[in-house]
Amino acid sequence: MSKKIPEEQYRKTRSYRLRQWLDGTKDPFLDTVEMKPQKEFQEEKHVIESRKEEKKKLYERIYDMEHNAEVRTFHKIYQIFSVVFCVVLILTLLVAVSNLPTIGQPDNPVNNEVAARYIENGLQETGAVNIVTGMILDYRAFDTLGESHVLFIATCTVLILLRNDKKKGKNGVESAEENDRIYEPKNDIILQTVARFLVPLIFIFGIYIILGGHLGPGGGFSGGAVIGAGLILYLNAFGFAKTERFFTAKTYKKISFCALACYCLAKSYSFYTGANHIESVIPLGTPGAILSSGLILLLNICVGCVVAGTMYTFYVMFRKGGY
Amino acid sequence: MEFVQNFPFISIVLSLFSGPLCSILSGKKAKWVNIAVITIIGLMSAAVLIFVISTGESYVYTMGHFPAPWGNEIRAGALEGFMAVFFCVVMLLCMIGGEREREIEIEEGKQNLYYVMVNLLLCSLLALIYTNDIFTAYVFVEINTISACGLIMIRQNGRTIEAATRYMIMSLLGSGLLLLGICFLYDITGQLLMSNIKEQVQILHMTKEYHIPLMVSLALMSVGLAIKSALFPFHAWLPDAYGYSTLSSAAILSSLVSKGYIFLLVKIFYRVIGFSTVRDSKVINVLFVFGIIGMIMGSVSAIKENNIRRMIAYSSVAQIGYIYMGFGLGTTAGVIASIYHIVSHTATKSLLFVAASGVTDASGESTNFFDLTGAGYRNKLAGVAFTVGSLSMVGFPMFSGFTSKLLFGQAAVESLHKMLPTLIALAISTILNAVYFMKTVIRIYTPEKKGVTEKKNFRVITMKDQPSKSVALICFIILNVILGMGSKPIVSLFETGLRMFA
Repeated sequence: MSKKIPEEQYRKTRSYRLRQWLDGTKDPFLDTVEMKPQKEFQEEKHVIESRKEEKKKLYERIYDMEHNAEVRTFHKIYQIFSVVFCVVLILTLLVAVSNLPTIGQPDNPVNNEVAARYIENGLQETGAVNIVTGMILDYRAFDTLGESHVLFIATCTVLILLRNDKKKGKNGVESAEENDRIYEPKNDIILQTVARFLVPLIFIFGIYIILGGHLGPGGGFSGGAVIGAGLILYLNAFGFAKTERFFTAKTYKKISFCALACYCLAKSYSFYTGANHIESVIPLGTPGAILSSGLILLLNICVGCVVAGTMYTFYVMFRKGGY
Repeated sequence: MEFVQNFPFISIVLSLFSGPLCSILSGKKAKWVNIAVITIIGLMSAAVLIFVISTGESYVYTMGHFPAPWGNEIRAGALEGFMAVFFCVVMLLCMIGGEREREIEIEEGKQNLYYVMVNLLLCSLLALIYTNDIFTAYVFVEINTISACGLIMIRQNGRTIEAATRYMIMSLLGSGLLLLGICFLYDITGQLLMSNIKEQVQILHMTKEYHIPLMVSLALMSVGLAIKSALFPFHAWLPDAYGYSTLSSAAILSSLVSKGYIFLLVKIFYRVIGFSTVRDSKVINVLFVFGIIGMIMGSVSAIKENNIRRMIAYSSVAQIGYIYMGFGLGTTAGVIASIYHIVSHTATKSLLFVAASGVTDASGESTNFFDLTGAGYRNKLAGVAFTVGSLSMVGFPMFSGFTSKLLFGQAAVESLHKMLPTLIALAISTILNAVYFMKTVIRIYTPEKKGVTEKKNFRVITMKDQPSKSVALICFIILNVILGMGSKPIVSLFETGLRMFA
């Protein structure tokens, strides 16, 4: 059936090389790829010493260790106290936990009318197949509104702490950026090839998780984290120059503001109508369809944007202090 | 439903919305947005307060289409309305008073982030005041903690970063304990809504079922919030955080952030656990003891301090001790005295911080105690304001501090076993207060020897040089006198408010 080819020709085909690789007789990377172990990071001796000296000086200047009897006594009793405190806390908590209702009993206090309504009427009332999403984004949406702002304010605090926007000059941004090139990835082929395949998949998967949050497991928080991880991978593979073509500090600011404002307005509408007993005009749709469950889909997208931006910004701030 | 009843919800959402809005604006615009937001919210809260007093009843507001145990809800009564108005007024004055320092001490590009923090802090305070759901309270406690950290470290020098780290660690420990307490409570009652938990807790208290977890949960929540509001043994983060952060941060942190947590604790005592159950537990005795130790130790540390701002910060430790001592008395009179002291301390401590910065401005930006000689003559308004604040703290009649001490004394007489320690501690603490505050007042009104003035880079500051700070100081003085002279309607308002809590 098959065509017969001479051995000479066969040796050139891919299948032969694959076979060789599988048998272990020939490594295709041998002699073609140079492999060097990375040099271990070593600090020069005088740098370490001067740092130690500085720390010691600072300690003495701020706490005035020689004349500060309070701090010295504190250091002495600190270890005893911390152990005593921990033991007492652990024992109290253990005693309290052992007196709690047994997990899984049907007559536990937590199995009351609150949980019952979430489970029984959740689908009709929120239109979300995933009851958990219905609970956090519709029944208890106010808490989640606060929670998404927790992420936002955490980013702002990290920006305050780490963003490096001194004026351009000798020791300013330019030299810092130049310095940063040392840590930039040096066109790592393996990483780039893998990233080229994986990043789109990760993005699509993240978007799927966000969009399907009301239909199955998922939602804005988890999906946003996945997209953020994808962005970080892309940055690591291709460097800042390429990432900044589509994602800069300005983009992040705009996206997070739009998402949070959208969330805020949408939820204000539903709070206002709910409290004033006005019928909401937003239809719930057919449960199970992608365009269903009222505002939940929109809120999931908003939360996803905020979470993805937050993850990425955290990474960039810790790595470089600005983008 | 009246339109006014929407105002608590609108004020929370407005401040929440203005946070992200400030992040895309420039620093100058963000400042105006911030001032406008605080003013509008203050006016709306005043309308809510008037409405609640006129109807004589508190009301609940459903957040969404689902009624309370399933959805979220907020609740407005006389006490909530008053606190919201008062916090807005003090925050506005703090922001105005610290305007110049913010411009100098905060990097140009990060100015708008400061207003993001302040707006979200205001939002979280409002939510802590109005919430009727204990888990919502926890979510906003998180926002409060993070924004307070941001406020401390936005003036970037080594001390503030260290202070913020300490604050973060202590505050997160407090949050963690609070969350554990809430979890225990949820497990034994199955509810998160405050009024429903109270019903369940009352049944549990009668039947003695789950008694240990209930007490542990109460203890965890009290200790958690005590850590967050810097009750005595947990105050290590406080002096650096207040002493080195920028002026408006220090004023806001000392006067508002810790008070928000204490107000939440009052709510937990009255609306979640029920005050009779709290009284029967031993937890309040612990608060009482630490309150009394704090009253004395805080003042002793303040006497030893040579940096004027750190001295005022240590004085906060003592004042927080007073508040917890009032809770520890276990009577309604004690709690009313504590709430009055929350208000009085809020007004006075922010006044003192702003006045102290006015005094140090006139002394070559030095916060050292010995450089302040004669500063009261160089910056007359700040000197007067500092004197007013000191007299109020010490408990001089006419000012707010006097009334709160009087109320504490009256409350102490009512309780049988705790009368003696309370009165003795009040007396000792007042004397210690007088020592360090009067020492400072005398120092700033001691004339400096001739010739020293120019050498030390001293300058005379008139009201025209620092118009915004002067306005803030004058308003603060007026607020203090109002609180001191017109204490009767305010106290009766607190009584009505606490009755509405039940």
